[in-house]
Amino acid sequence: MSQTSHTLAAGGDNPRPTGGVQGPQRRLRLAAYPSLLAMPALLLLIAAMGYPLLTVTLRSFSDPAWGMQNYVWFFSTPVNVTVLWRTFSIAAWVTIVCVIAAYPYAYLMTAVGPRMRLVLILCVLVPFWVSGVVRTLAWVILLQDSGIINSVVRLFGLDTVKLIRTQTGVVIGMAQVLLPFMILPLYSVMRGIDLRLVQAARSLGARPSLAFLQIYLPLSLPGVFAGAIIVFILSLGFYITPALLGGPRSTMLSTLVQSQVLSLLNWGRGGAMGVVLLVATFVLLALAAPLMRQRHKQASRS
Amino acid sequence: MRLAPFRILLGLFCLLVAVWLVMPTLVIIPMSFNEKKSLAFPPSGFSWQWYENFFTNPDWLTSFFNSLRVAGLVAVAATLIGTLAALGLSRMKHSGAGLLRAILITPMIVPGVVLAIGIYAVYLDYHLVGTTTGFVIAHTMLAIPFVIIAVSASLEVFDVRLETAAASLGADRFTAFRTVTLPLIAPGILSGLLFAFVTSFDEIIVALFITSPYLKTLPVQIFTSITRDADPTVTAVGTIIFIATTLVISAGLIISSKSTRS
Repeated sequence: MSQTSHTLAAGGDNPRPTGGVQGPQRRLRLAAYPSLLAMPALLLLIAAMGYPLLTVTLRSFSDPAWGMQNYVWFFSTPVNVTVLWRTFSIAAWVTIVCVIAAYPYAYLMTAVGPRMRLVLILCVLVPFWVSGVVRTLAWVILLQDSGIINSVVRLFGLDTVKLIRTQTGVVIGMAQVLLPFMILPLYSVMRGIDLRLVQAARSLGARPSLAFLQIYLPLSLPGVFAGAIIVFILSLGFYITPALLGGPRSTMLSTLVQSQVLSLLNWGRGGAMGVVLLVATFVLLALAAPLMRQRHKQASRS
Repeated sequence: MRLAPFRILLGLFCLLVAVWLVMPTLVIIPMSFNEKKSLAFPPSGFSWQWYENFFTNPDWLTSFFNSLRVAGLVAVAATLIGTLAALGLSRMKHSGAGLLRAILITPMIVPGVVLAIGIYAVYLDYHLVGTTTGFVIAHTMLAIPFVIIAVSASLEVFDVRLETAAASLGADRFTAFRTVTLPLIAPGILSGLLFAFVTSFDEIIVALFITSPYLKTLPVQIFTSITRDADPTVTAVGTIIFIATTLVISAGLIISSKSTRS
């Protein structure tokens, strides 16, 4: 009980350092209040994330004058609403592409031998071996009109597909960056599925497709949910990939925030956009958290 | 063998996904030996000029060493702070632990640009724009979640009774921690250290806002050179980073396989 109240108080006005107290007494205190060990991290978080986010929120209401005018402006300007809608739709497309690509891949990871599995895991990790900005440049090289993908397309005698500076190009690039965040949680859930359940269904006369739909798919859903929510939330805030691969017709909210603040020096409007993005992220997370927990319970029960 | 066509289809599909994952990394390598100043594929001819440019052009070298310095400091700071937090979280027994853990990993999900304009606003007030201190504070905050996750994972499989055993044999808390706990969670701490280093070395969004002509990190230099002109030096830098990472990871694998054998 006293520990709980201490933790609650510690975030606020009582971050007194323990450095002054020496010897066994100090160890005793650390042992009694393990949350003190997390205080440096929490303080840094408050200073380097909490305070800046508070500043952005305040400016969205106060710059140039107090009131809601920045939010009224945001939602009454058609361009902004279009971009907001497009940000969500790109995030949804990226999530769908990731689920479709990751599900069979993660399944194969559980079905093959250890050597082949190592190769498959390596393919998931190799993208992380090169800097994110460099990887986006690689996508420019691959997607441009004279790029590799279009060379292959022309090999089949088809017309050049416009990929660079289009929404399709942005989705292809973003999904590749985010695919590992989908594959890894899916793999960890699928690895835990008892395949004898599927065999049991088969031995009781279920066709493979039915056994998959009724047994395997429901058991793997927690992984799909976990991966999908991470991918969707991370896509909402993407900045570099849309900025380099996209054109004016595929601008996302982050780019708009950046241009309001850096080019137009309009902190109020940029802040309001930022707050909209931030609120969307946390609302989604709050909606998804109980869903994911419930699915977990269901999975462990069955 | 009714399932054979399904298996073949699955294999082909996954091959396609694997190519999609790996291709952007591999396409960089041939491009870095391009003779012409262009990013068109396939490259023509062979030359080392972009590597030469990287090693002789002060813009590239300075930003590279800036990134190394910042990432090194961030790795140490984030590992220290993050490991302490992970230890504290693992020893908290009440429900506050879950909430505190959730709060501490929020930097991973807050949209980068929103965080970046906030940090930029605060740094303008405190004159931290374009300073090493500014970069280290922001990047440490961003790197701590990765350290907490890595160290927590190794603490989860750590048997607390080992510490109790050490204590019952007369070790005080600090000795027990240093000689029993620390060696056992060292792999987690090491991977946290690596993650923190990479997080900072690779961070671009916040860096773009708090950079100044006097302090540019490598990702900022790469980004400006991509947007300003199609400079193939970027592909040489990418190849160097790729080879360096491969060497570090292989070394890590060899060391860990040796230590498990002995």
